[in-house]
Amino acid sequence: MSRMLETHQASFARNGEAVFAPVDLALDSGQALIVLGPNGCGKTTLLRMLAGILRPWQGQVVRHCQPAFLGHLPAFKGDLSCRENLAFQRRFHGGAGLEENRALARVGLAGLGLRPARTLSAGQKRRLGLAGLLIAPRPLWLLDEPYASLDDSGCELVDRLLSEHLTAGGAVALSAHQRKPVIEVEMIRVELAVTGEAA
Amino acid sequence: MIVSSMSALIARDLRLAVRHGGESLMPLIFLFSVIILIPLGVGPGPNLLSAIAPGMIWVAALLSSLLALENLFRPDLDDGTLEQWWIGQCPAGALVVARLFSHWLITAVPVIVFAPLAAQMLYLPAEALPVLVLSLLIGTPVLSLVGGLAAALTLGTNRGSVLLSILVFPLIVPVLIFATGAVSAAADGMSASAHLGLLASLLILAITLVPLATSAALRLNIE
Amino acid sequence: MIWKTIKVNFHRLGSPPTFYRLAEVLAPWLWGGFAVCAAIGLYQALYVVPPDYQQSDSFRILYIHVPSAWQAMAGYVVMAILAVIALVWRIRTVEIMAMAGAPIGAAFTFICLATGSLWGRPMWGTWWAWDARLTSMLVLLFIYLGIMGLYAAFEDRRKGARVACILILVGIVNIPIIHFSVEWWTTLHQGATIRLFSGESTLHASMMPPLVWMTIAVKLMFGAALLDRARNDLLDQDRRKGWVQSRLGETT
Repeated sequence: MSRMLETHQASFARNGEAVFAPVDLALDSGQALIVLGPNGCGKTTLLRMLAGILRPWQGQVVRHCQPAFLGHLPAFKGDLSCRENLAFQRRFHGGAGLEENRALARVGLAGLGLRPARTLSAGQKRRLGLAGLLIAPRPLWLLDEPYASLDDSGCELVDRLLSEHLTAGGAVALSAHQRKPVIEVEMIRVELAVTGEAA
Repeated sequence: MIVSSMSALIARDLRLAVRHGGESLMPLIFLFSVIILIPLGVGPGPNLLSAIAPGMIWVAALLSSLLALENLFRPDLDDGTLEQWWIGQCPAGALVVARLFSHWLITAVPVIVFAPLAAQMLYLPAEALPVLVLSLLIGTPVLSLVGGLAAALTLGTNRGSVLLSILVFPLIVPVLIFATGAVSAAADGMSASAHLGLLASLLILAITLVPLATSAALRLNIE
Repeated sequence: MIWKTIKVNFHRLGSPPTFYRLAEVLAPWLWGGFAVCAAIGLYQALYVVPPDYQQSDSFRILYIHVPSAWQAMAGYVVMAILAVIALVWRIRTVEIMAMAGAPIGAAFTFICLATGSLWGRPMWGTWWAWDARLTSMLVLLFIYLGIMGLYAAFEDRRKGARVACILILVGIVNIPIIHFSVEWWTTLHQGATIRLFSGESTLHASMMPPLVWMTIAVKLMFGAALLDRARNDLLDQDRRKGWVQSRLGETT
C-alpha cells in the first residue's frame, strides 16, 4: 500500500470567493474516492486541482505519482481519426499500454479506428476517452463524471475498468451523480455542498 | 520524454493544418496579394518598389503570423486538450515552444521560401536577397514568440482579437525596424551585420522570456 | 525583531480596510507636498531661470517634459516591483495598486510625448521623428494601454490583474531600451546630459533647481494618484462587503 495522493487544507477561489471549503484527503493504492454533491458545488474544480491543472489557492496538493485525467470535455481532436488521437496520446503521455486497435476493441469501438472523432456520438466519445486511459496507463486515475452519456453497457464497462485498475494496485478519484460505481472496494466519500462546506 | 511530447504535439499540429487545407495557404496568399496589389497602387517604378520591398515582404510575414494567432490556443481550450499540458512530466513551457514552432512552420516558412521570388518581382537588388532571407529567418520566430505570448494573455477574454493586436504591435516594432533596416542597408551595399545582430539579440531575449511567461498566462486562463 | 515587525506590517497591508485607511491618510499629504514643490518648481522654471541663448524661452517646456519622461519610466519600474509581489504572494491590495499605476503612467508618457512634440516643432522643424527614443517611448505608451485593456477585459478582477502583471514583467525590457536608446543609436533626440552617478552633469547649474523641484513634485503626485486610484478601485470591488458598508455608514 503506498500513498498516491494527499491534500492538506486545499481550497480554490474564483472571483475572490472560495469554491469549496478546505479539503483534507488521502488516497492509497487500491483505494477509490468518490466526490459527491449537487451541480455547481465544485466537483470538477476539485478534480482538476487534484490533477495539477489548477494550483490550490490555499493549502497543498501532494501527488506521489503521475495522474491521468479524464475531464468533461473529450480532450481529443475532432478532425483526426480515433486511431490518430490515441496514437497522439501514446506519444504525448508516453505509455506502454494497449495498442490502439486493442484499446478501441476493449471499450467497444472496434472498427471505428479510421472515423474522424467528431463523427462519434456523445457516448462513443466518452468510450474513446476511456480508451485513452488504456493507451497510456498511469497509477492514479482522476475521472470527472465518467458515467455521463454512457448507456448501460458503457457504465458496466467503466465498472470493469475501475475494478481491474484497483486490483492492479492503482487508485481512482472520480465524481458522479446518479450512477455510482459498482465495485467491490469500499469507497472514500467526499461531499461538497454549494455553500462550500466539505465533509 | 520531453522531446517525444514536443514532437507529438508538433506532428499533430501539422497534421491538423494539412487537414484544414485552405487556411494553411493564407501566408502565401498574403505574400502574393501584397506583391501584386501594392505595385498596382503605387505604380510600377523600379526605384520606388525596390525601396519599399523589404517593408512589404515583412508586412506580409507579419500579417500571416498575426492572423493565425487567434486560433493558436483557443481550439485547445475549447475541446479540453490544453489542460492536458499540465498533466504529466513534460513542462508546459516546452509545449509552448513546440506549439509556437508549429505556428512558425505554418505561417513563416512559406513566406521565407517564396521571399526571394517576391523580392525579385519588386526589383530588390540581388546582393540584398541573402540578407532578406536571413532577416526573415531570425525575425519571424520573434513574431511567433511574441504573438504566442499575446494570444496566451488574451485567451480568457471576449474581445480577444482587438486586444491581441494592441498587445502585439508595440512588442514587434523593434523587429520590423531592425529587419527592414538590415535589408535596406544591404540593398545600398552597406553592411547589415549590426542590424542582424540586434535582431538576433531580440530573438535570444524572446526565447528566454516568452515560454515561461506564456505558460504562466495559459495556466491562469484555464481556470 | 525589526524583520518581524516588517513582516507583520507587510501582511497587515494586505488587509483591505487597513490599506484603505493608510491610503486615505497618506494621500492628502502627498498631494500637499506635490502642490508646494510644483509651485516652487514652476515659479523657478518660468521666472528665475534665465532665457537660453539659442532657444530663448521655449526651452522652459523641458521642466514638464523631462520629469514626465522620468516618471513614465520610474512609474513602470514601481509597477513591475508591485507585479512581482502580487504574483508571488498573491496579495489582493498589491494587485490593485499595480493596476492603478497603469493609467497614471500612460498619462505621463502621453504628456512626455505631447510636450516633446510641441518642443520639437520649433527646435527640429517637425512634430515627430521615428528615432529610437521617441519610438521606444511610444512603445511604452502602447504597453501601458495594453495593460489597461487587458485588465479591463476580464470579469474576474483578480485573474485579470495577475494576467496583466505578467504583461508588466515582460514589458520591463523596454525600459532599458528607452534609457540607453540615445547612447546606442545616433538619434535626433539629445543625449543624456544629467548624470546621477558618473560624474559632472553637463546641464548648467542655474537650470538645475527647478528640475529637481519638478521631479520631486511629479513623484509625489504619482504616489498620491496611485493611492487614490487604488483606494477607489478597492472600494468599488468591495462595495458589498461589510467593512465598506459600515465605513460609509450605509444600512443593508
